[in-house]
Amino acid sequence: MDRILTSRQGPLLAGGVLGAVAALLVYWGNPGNMGFCVACFTRDVAGALGLHRAGVVQYVRPEIPGFILGSFVSALAFREYAPRSGSSPIVRFFLGICAMFGALVFLGCPWRAYLRLAGGDWNALYGIAGLAVGALVGIAFLWNGFSLGASERNPKAAGLVMPFLALVLLAFVFLKPLFGPGGTGPIFFSKEGPGSQHAPILISLAAGLIVGWLAQRSRFCTVGALRDLFMMGDAHLFGGLVSFVVVAFAVNFVLGQFHPGFEKQPVAHTQELWNFLGMVLSGLAFTLAGGCPGRQLIMAGEGDGDAGTFVVGMLVGAALAHNFSAASSGAGVGPWGIPVTIGGLVVCALIGLGCRTKQA
Amino acid sequence: MSDTIIVNASGLSCPQPVMETGKILKKTPSGRVEVLVDTATSRNNVVRVAENKGWKAAAEERDGGYRVILEKQEPKT
Repeated sequence: MDRILTSRQGPLLAGGVLGAVAALLVYWGNPGNMGFCVACFTRDVAGALGLHRAGVVQYVRPEIPGFILGSFVSALAFREYAPRSGSSPIVRFFLGICAMFGALVFLGCPWRAYLRLAGGDWNALYGIAGLAVGALVGIAFLWNGFSLGASERNPKAAGLVMPFLALVLLAFVFLKPLFGPGGTGPIFFSKEGPGSQHAPILISLAAGLIVGWLAQRSRFCTVGALRDLFMMGDAHLFGGLVSFVVVAFAVNFVLGQFHPGFEKQPVAHTQELWNFLGMVLSGLAFTLAGGCPGRQLIMAGEGDGDAGTFVVGMLVGAALAHNFSAASSGAGVGPWGIPVTIGGLVVCALIGLGCRTKQA
Repeated sequence: MSDTIIVNASGLSCPQPVMETGKILKKTPSGRVEVLVDTATSRNNVVRVAENKGWKAAAEERDGGYRVILEKQEPKT
């Protein structure tokens, strides 16, 4: 099994399983076309921690710690656990914020963009086009010498921070501590809206662990898929992406979850330009940071502290996006969604232009 | 035998190790190139891109990462 996962066919197999798991998670209770979404789920975790007060999107999604722990255990088992950091961490923190702003304007991370497509939400096509354009812009910066510099090896224990954080989050899901004022908080759980829709905890956790393991072994990455295809004509990660969409579509179709159209799609809006530009911003930020948000969680599990910093940036970005009314909803983009998207693009362009490391 | 070219891509994020390797292989028709990387992902990526370009690739562990050794014979004329 591991030989297939680490071969050129690895992403193909992992993508297919991930697609099936995502569609099944919707069947078991997750929001529509949101079997898993790193952006939305990180936002839900931010809400559960009380970092934002959008009451309909607060839940400690077990899939997120599951991804980190699945990757961590897999990296340990296959001797790929390698604590490292120091490649411009503060820049990566801001890239995480920018990536989250863009994703919450579109309403989904790249994984969800493809899952929305596989569920018949054609608005996703604008997001996917934006993702491709963002990746292309990021590649242009890379060709022109963009680099965040080299990371260095860290002590073994340094890589345990994100897996430890994942365990703490899991403890919150199971213990549901409610000793704040009025019997609510410090951990918040939505009573209605997308945050209240979820698969049973143990199923979500198992799915997260399986996805974390498969993605760690196969290097499944939706941004890397486009990047490798455009830059090097290498389609092996792209194959994984195609199998992800095809299998998710097939399972959705069988389960009656395929509803083609633009209107009335779950947790989605129909503003084409902002679906597109939101994902341009996300795609650019992910490419500059070296991988899609799912991949960042996986790398964080492997001990990559810079990826962990990016993930914490996403968590903070999610809170800021809701607190500053920049996140979209089914009704459309938020009042501050447009200026934040433009501002994010400017920040990412400045990072792309400004961060260069001379290579010998 | 010509000297070994060493590419130090250790610690660089994806896809920079592959880009740095690609740049060197583009201007090196044959010989021996050693690429230093720090993660298994970068090791696999470098091996894949080199093999796609007709180089023989082998990887060995080194302190803090991997050394990928790329070799290509001079084409016979």
